[in-house]
Amino acid sequence: MKRFDYVRPNTLTEAISAAAEPGAAYLAGGTNLLDLMKGGIAHPTRLVDVSRLPGLDRIERQADGSWRIGALVRNADLAQDPDFVKAFPAIVEALLSGASGQLRNAATVGGNLLQRTRCSYFYDPASACNKRTVGSGCDAREGDNRLHAILGWSDSCIATHPSDFCVPLTGFDAIVEIAGKNGSREVTVEALHPLPGTTPERDSVLAPGELITALRLPATASTFAGHARYLKVRDRTSYAFALVSAAAGLVIENGTVKEARLALGGIAAKPWRARSAEAMLAGARPERAAFEPAARAALTEAKPSGDNAFKIELAERVIVRALMLAAAGTPDRVPALPASPFSSHAGAALHA
Amino acid sequence: MTLSISLTVNGERRDIVLDDPRVTLLDLLRERLDLTGTKKGCDRGQCGACTILVDGRRINACLALALSHDGATITTIEGVAQGDRLHPVQAAFIAHDALQCGFCTPGQIMSAIGLITEGQAGDDPERVREAMSGNLCRCGAYAGITEAVLEAQAQLAAPKTERAA
Repeated sequence: MKRFDYVRPNTLTEAISAAAEPGAAYLAGGTNLLDLMKGGIAHPTRLVDVSRLPGLDRIERQADGSWRIGALVRNADLAQDPDFVKAFPAIVEALLSGASGQLRNAATVGGNLLQRTRCSYFYDPASACNKRTVGSGCDAREGDNRLHAILGWSDSCIATHPSDFCVPLTGFDAIVEIAGKNGSREVTVEALHPLPGTTPERDSVLAPGELITALRLPATASTFAGHARYLKVRDRTSYAFALVSAAAGLVIENGTVKEARLALGGIAAKPWRARSAEAMLAGARPERAAFEPAARAALTEAKPSGDNAFKIELAERVIVRALMLAAAGTPDRVPALPASPFSSHAGAALHA
Repeated sequence: MTLSISLTVNGERRDIVLDDPRVTLLDLLRERLDLTGTKKGCDRGQCGACTILVDGRRINACLALALSHDGATITTIEGVAQGDRLHPVQAAFIAHDALQCGFCTPGQIMSAIGLITEGQAGDDPERVREAMSGNLCRCGAYAGITEAVLEAQAQLAAPKTERAA
């Protein structure tokens, strides 16, 4: 790890000022940044520790029914807030399906939104990676790429976005509040992560020195609470990143889908909102016959970036199953194995 | 820039002057405070061998910058027994053969204490396995670990019964 200056400002204004110089990076939970620094992938010359900035650690339900979550709220604290669990069960299921108990205790909401890809070539400084070193090439293209993107990838980069949390956030129209030296602004989570194109080094639309201060969920997002699930297929039962995941939310009235939300993870450089599928589901009966064509529609543009053609059919199946689970209704409690296909059926245990 | 911090480690206040901002809590404990019970496995947040409690919550010490935790209260494996009396989780690990080589054990025990405090797993072995999935055991003592966690949790929930036994 390269040596760096460490500063711990007391206010947001001081933090933004301290991060203005090139080479500065914000430190909150550190679960991704310190890992990247140890691997020689990130080498900030200055760490601006924002972990104690006042007022950014609150979970608040606003008078208009929307929610505001401070960027420093720890993943575990959000997942255990009883009112938040009731309003956003799929978001909580996604949170609990990611990382480990230890990591969720440290990792923050803001940091989760900005975590970097887990592409193994990005993580290996000896490999060519356009995201890590501009113009160096992409060893993943001809490498071990069964985990890589099937939507939105480019010749420059086939990496995927690793966050589970971001998938339902994208589906439920979450908004990110951003502070910078030119004031505050906001973007949707859906717009936070650009597709790689020819500039895969750009992971988010944040300008250098900008800081995520809060996440907002509109009041409409909680109307899906009765039929909201996250399903995540991974190579291990727990503590693994998604091969393919899906967040599904339905509003069902009189046996008909009034409104549907669908977003996918593990398949692109950003959490992927499947709007065409949502449109097909509106007005349909909530059953397999409607879910299957919607799933196919969500993957119409998909193409393998390597040895990962299987992820296209897998994604279609994950979508159908996530919608079936959502249609069946949100369980009273997050399952023992959150978001796992192995705990989808009542009474069935993975381990005897 | 001053790099001095103070921590409460296993009940004792420690004032520390750091010569390098890169020091993690893990390296600080092992190399500066001679508390080598906390193990360095992967050093990248993947194995859980370095699990400690910071302000009562389990975290990976390898991914925690010491400077960032100035003022924190830290509990390591060296701080959980009371004199010669083992912590119920330690005793349960022995009773259930929840280890073979023992390298991951301090992290497993600290993680188990953290998860019992969190109170989310209940008596469901599947929830315990899921909540312990951040602690890898390459000897494969998982079955014993799950039993030990469940037993220790039951004992901690009913301390009078345990003492009478």
